[in-house]
Amino acid sequence: MTMELSRLSRRFTDFAALDDVSLSIAPGEFLALLGPSGSGKTTLLRILAGLDYPDSGGVQKDGRDFLAAQARERHVGLVFQHYALFRHLTVRENIAFGLRIRPRRTRPSRAEIGDRVTRLLKRVQLDDHGDRYPSQLSGGQRQRVALARALAVEPDLLLLDEPFGALDAQVRVTLRRWLRELHDELRLTTVFVTHDQEEALELADRIAVMNQGRIEQVGSPEEIYQQPATPFVCEFIGKVNRLTLSENSGSLAAGEWILPDDPWDGRYRQGIAYVRPDQLRVAVPPPQPAWTARLRHVYLAGSVAHLDLHVASLDQALEADVASEDLARLGLQPGAELRVAPRSAVLFPLADDTGQPIARDRSTWRPPDNS
Amino acid sequence: MHRRVLPGFGISLGYAVSYLGLIVLLPLAALAWKASGIGGEGLLRLLSSPRTLAALKLSFGGALLAALINAFIGLLVAWALVRYRFPGRRLFDALIDLPFALPTAVAGIALTALYAPNGWLGRWLVPLGIQVAYAPLGVLLAMVFVGFPFVVRTLQPVLQSLDRDVEEAAESLGASRWQTFARVILPVLVPTLLTGFALALARAVGEYGSVIFIAGNIPMRSEIAPLLIVQKLEAFDYAGAAALGVVMLSFSFLLLILISLLQRWSNRWEERAA
Repeated sequence: MTMELSRLSRRFTDFAALDDVSLSIAPGEFLALLGPSGSGKTTLLRILAGLDYPDSGGVQKDGRDFLAAQARERHVGLVFQHYALFRHLTVRENIAFGLRIRPRRTRPSRAEIGDRVTRLLKRVQLDDHGDRYPSQLSGGQRQRVALARALAVEPDLLLLDEPFGALDAQVRVTLRRWLRELHDELRLTTVFVTHDQEEALELADRIAVMNQGRIEQVGSPEEIYQQPATPFVCEFIGKVNRLTLSENSGSLAAGEWILPDDPWDGRYRQGIAYVRPDQLRVAVPPPQPAWTARLRHVYLAGSVAHLDLHVASLDQALEADVASEDLARLGLQPGAELRVAPRSAVLFPLADDTGQPIARDRSTWRPPDNS
Repeated sequence: MHRRVLPGFGISLGYAVSYLGLIVLLPLAALAWKASGIGGEGLLRLLSSPRTLAALKLSFGGALLAALINAFIGLLVAWALVRYRFPGRRLFDALIDLPFALPTAVAGIALTALYAPNGWLGRWLVPLGIQVAYAPLGVLLAMVFVGFPFVVRTLQPVLQSLDRDVEEAAESLGASRWQTFARVILPVLVPTLLTGFALALARAVGEYGSVIFIAGNIPMRSEIAPLLIVQKLEAFDYAGAAALGVVMLSFSFLLLILISLLQRWSNRWEERAA
């Protein structure tokens, strides 16, 4: 089952929730729609579920018009952030709902429904909770019931709207792994919406990063993390240091850090560089260009330590990550002076007239000697 | 005993019990005491009188029917007010409470003026053989009128708090609109609907002012039980009046308990919550 979303637009009164969005979804794939709130990801999901319709554009499923079908004819399994369980029905009745309401011709027999519910209860690890009511379950359990209910009707497409958003951190991680295993087993095409980049990176086969109704980048988690295509993706995924590049005696530079080879051959006089904290070297040996930074604070977070640095020549704070075990070896005490330089960076030129970053002229930078 | 966040359990319970005793139970006890003067035989005679039976039947039958009508129409009105935005919605919403605010006699006179054989509506209805004023139908109409706000006002907040997600979930599981309503929305509303029904019923059973104007009070046909009580009082038959009052009271109490049990059953998924 291939889904082809083409040129979808959806306007609400005061803003564009979707602005010319095209995307294809491969069979059996686990796709994450990642973006901040208001980026249009939920609108996109609701359009796929048949709960909302685009103003223009279309969705094809195996070459057929998907939007022509009503929500209840789409064979879509839908899971909401706040579970949306039927609170007057027991867990078993909730799961059986989609089967019981079928017209008699297509409805499985009572025994068959019972069997299927039992199998699903086992699958979501709630075997002995079948006769409880939703109010008697924890959040994680409720979400698993919601998932079982969606799976009971054997959908072609599973849609999850911030499924772990209302759960606490620990349950969220457990449930996330469990969902991934379930997907590996069932190979059901799944689209899930999240604003949590960690969740998207960990779970998805492919991520579509959305911002202001547009798709900024589609790619595997590795691509998204390591080769962010736009400044937005750089800033939204993971932590990042943002540096301003300006022309300094013929080449682009940010303070002492000079780009010897101009990636744009002098076409732009300004740019920005994004450097991830783990790509920032501290203790750079002298011949190489580096900033002099003062270490203001060390935040120890388990195996990684976050360094809060201040570079006087840029008048800017930078963050660098080092392994906790290297702290002592490198003599990293608050107040220490360090020579700091990027190990790699993603560069965008700024248009001379508007000052806006130009995403298509993105470039990645590595030190020439690759040390 | 657990320590409570807010103190004052003792004093609030004490207050509640003494208030209930003074305001509700004491007058009722006096009523029962007064009624006992009639004796067993007198009670039997009273209850076997066809006129009393007809009045009780009209009072309770009419009230039950009126509450049922109100439950149905009230649900529709509350639904329209909560779910749809239309011009004049706020005005309409404010009008719902009018039957509460209007002196019941005024309501009765207004209804009578409308439905009397020479009234605006009666003029057209009576030739068709539909007699509203001075007939049981008029009694029912007045009862519907005074009980109407209860169902709407109890349902509104519950409808407002209904989760749209749940309906969307039902739809995507393949439910038609009717199935979504009947299997997902209605079951959750039933406990509240029963509350509204009980309130409308209680109000209709006890209603006097508006009914007597439109009923015409024809013995055996459109005479309600409260009117019989008043008539007994006017004839200085205090024990008889009190006895009839006790009969009405017991029957109402029984009905309300029944509704409360039904409500408990329909709300079982909340009761068992941990």
